[in-house]
Amino acid sequence: MIRTPFRRLDSRTAVLARPDIDTDQIIPARFLKGTTRTGLGKHLFAGWRYDESGRPRADFPLSRPESRGAQVLVAGPNFGCGSSREHAPWALLDYGFRAVISSSIADIFRANALKNGLLPVLVDPSTHEVLLGSPGTRVRIDLEACTLSFDDARVSFEVDPFARRCLLDGVDELGFLLAQESAIAAYEAKEHA
Amino acid sequence: MAQSEPRTLFAKIWDAHLVSPETAETPAVLYVDLHLVHEVTSPQAFTHLREAGLRVRRPERALATMDHSTPTTPRKAGMPLLIEDRECAAQLSALEANCAEFGIELHGLESDRQGIVHVIGPELGLTLPGSTVVCGDSHTSTHGAFGAFAFGIGTSEVAHVLATQCLLQRRPRTLQVRVDGRLRPGVSAKDLILAVIARIGIAGGTGHVIEYTGSALRALSMEERMTVCNMSIEAGARAGMIAPDDTTFQYLAERPRAPKGAAWDRSLLAWRALRTDAGAGYDRTVEIDGSALEPRITFGTNPSMSAPIRGEVPDPGSVTDAADRAALDRALRYMGLRPGQPLLGHPVDVVFIGSCTNSRIEDLRAAASVLRGRKVASGVRTLVVPGSRQVKRAAEAEGLDLIFREAGAEWREPGCSMCIAMNGDQLRPGQSAVSTSNRNFEGRQGAGGRTFLASPLTAAASALAGAIADPREILR
Repeated sequence: MIRTPFRRLDSRTAVLARPDIDTDQIIPARFLKGTTRTGLGKHLFAGWRYDESGRPRADFPLSRPESRGAQVLVAGPNFGCGSSREHAPWALLDYGFRAVISSSIADIFRANALKNGLLPVLVDPSTHEVLLGSPGTRVRIDLEACTLSFDDARVSFEVDPFARRCLLDGVDELGFLLAQESAIAAYEAKEHA
Repeated sequence: MAQSEPRTLFAKIWDAHLVSPETAETPAVLYVDLHLVHEVTSPQAFTHLREAGLRVRRPERALATMDHSTPTTPRKAGMPLLIEDRECAAQLSALEANCAEFGIELHGLESDRQGIVHVIGPELGLTLPGSTVVCGDSHTSTHGAFGAFAFGIGTSEVAHVLATQCLLQRRPRTLQVRVDGRLRPGVSAKDLILAVIARIGIAGGTGHVIEYTGSALRALSMEERMTVCNMSIEAGARAGMIAPDDTTFQYLAERPRAPKGAAWDRSLLAWRALRTDAGAGYDRTVEIDGSALEPRITFGTNPSMSAPIRGEVPDPGSVTDAADRAALDRALRYMGLRPGQPLLGHPVDVVFIGSCTNSRIEDLRAAASVLRGRKVASGVRTLVVPGSRQVKRAAEAEGLDLIFREAGAEWREPGCSMCIAMNGDQLRPGQSAVSTSNRNFEGRQGAGGRTFLASPLTAAASALAGAIADPREILR
């Protein structure tokens, strides 16, 4: 989907320290009955965020005052494991997040996030530990330089060069694939002759 | 092409599907042979195509069905299925309209080929050795049982495949999981894969494609191999695969969409070369003794948290890593379990036999072998949900439906049912279920529900006991 370019982000963090947060927690299946990408933010982490009667839980980390307005989510390792539902990054973006920082992120979720302008930022375990322990930290993410800065720290992170280019330019990956038409046709002629 | 270099099974399939190879700047362009489509992850992709003025490049390489949001309420032959949930009904209508507009074959609720997407692909003979298979569903790894490279994708990628029949992919690493030895009676493919996931961990396969090898794997039927490959994603792996052999070819012969005549002979010749060459290296290898495996059951809130069924709930106090200790403690509190308590005898409210992991005819036969002539415990709701209309018909022809009904279980219509709990089949808060499905995440089977993953044998034995039970005590 065409979107605004992602270059720099300056935001406070919200923290969900649990490891192995699966996409069923990010957006439970009962909210996958729609046919559009919109309006999923209110169901983000629904099982943890609301009590049985649907009222927000004051003790849920994202509901605390220091998390208000945070555009960066710091999550425990192996974030986004499980189902391939792209509703997970859609819900995070609709809620207001633009980046997820963790020490490891599941494959399908990471690919889905990149295609929607939600930046997965992989950091080393010690940086991760510092950020997990200090919700509300002000972080600066520079995708051009691939750096993450907070307090006196500045670390580099890796993003696939192609996905990075698409994010920086605000273009959809499908455009690149469509431009491969002659190579695709040649492959089909050779393989399915 | 350096074809003489020894290559893994995965590398052979990858190389054969490269439209253009990857470079430092761009991922590979990988050709997709078969694209399976269902109602939940496709509507936004079709909208994307429509808005961009694109057509489906190769509609004959796509096949759609309805499974996730369909009710499984029993219905009489010839009677239409009533869909009470308006959102689900709208999603199903959208799939019908999209398939009609873009020319994609759809097996909807009135088709006698309808069923769970990962059950019907193999059943039709569409999943072939050496092919690439994708679907907007993480359990697409199931199809790797045929020696295919099969993996789950998101909805943006569904649009990519619809529009170009290709995907942009970085080449994954390879992980060999070698299981030798003979599985003991009462130990099934489900127990084997739960043991694999416990061993390598919930993220142990991230960035990798697993190739399962070894004598224990060779001895499995195709349906058992599908159960194994199905849960590769539960260890974080991109895909799981097993080299095709005579078991594979026998399964495929005579399937309606498999190659026929001279085309079959040509295919067979090519398929026999689909194996990892001697001397080809994997990035990692893990070895497991199949003869030492026991029936297993999960106790926690992700599929790596399992134990032998005669084991005990682990004690968080014995875990040294603080984050792991907190995660285990939280999981046990959610599940309502005490450290050190035996798993056997823990009461259950619901037993679910179904899902793309364990809803094929052999799974139903296994469950029926335990339930035959017996009664499920009073107060236990037992759902048996066949994976497809064809599985349902085959089971009824063998009289399995009668065995289930006489035992006091519900015999339902095909679909994902209580595995995904978005179709009316779900647990109530606090209920415990032994399920043959693939995920025991918090709330997966309904908000507040507690899931214990196990084999069809263990699920059926637990239905009889009204508590977690060892199927070997009944089979003995």
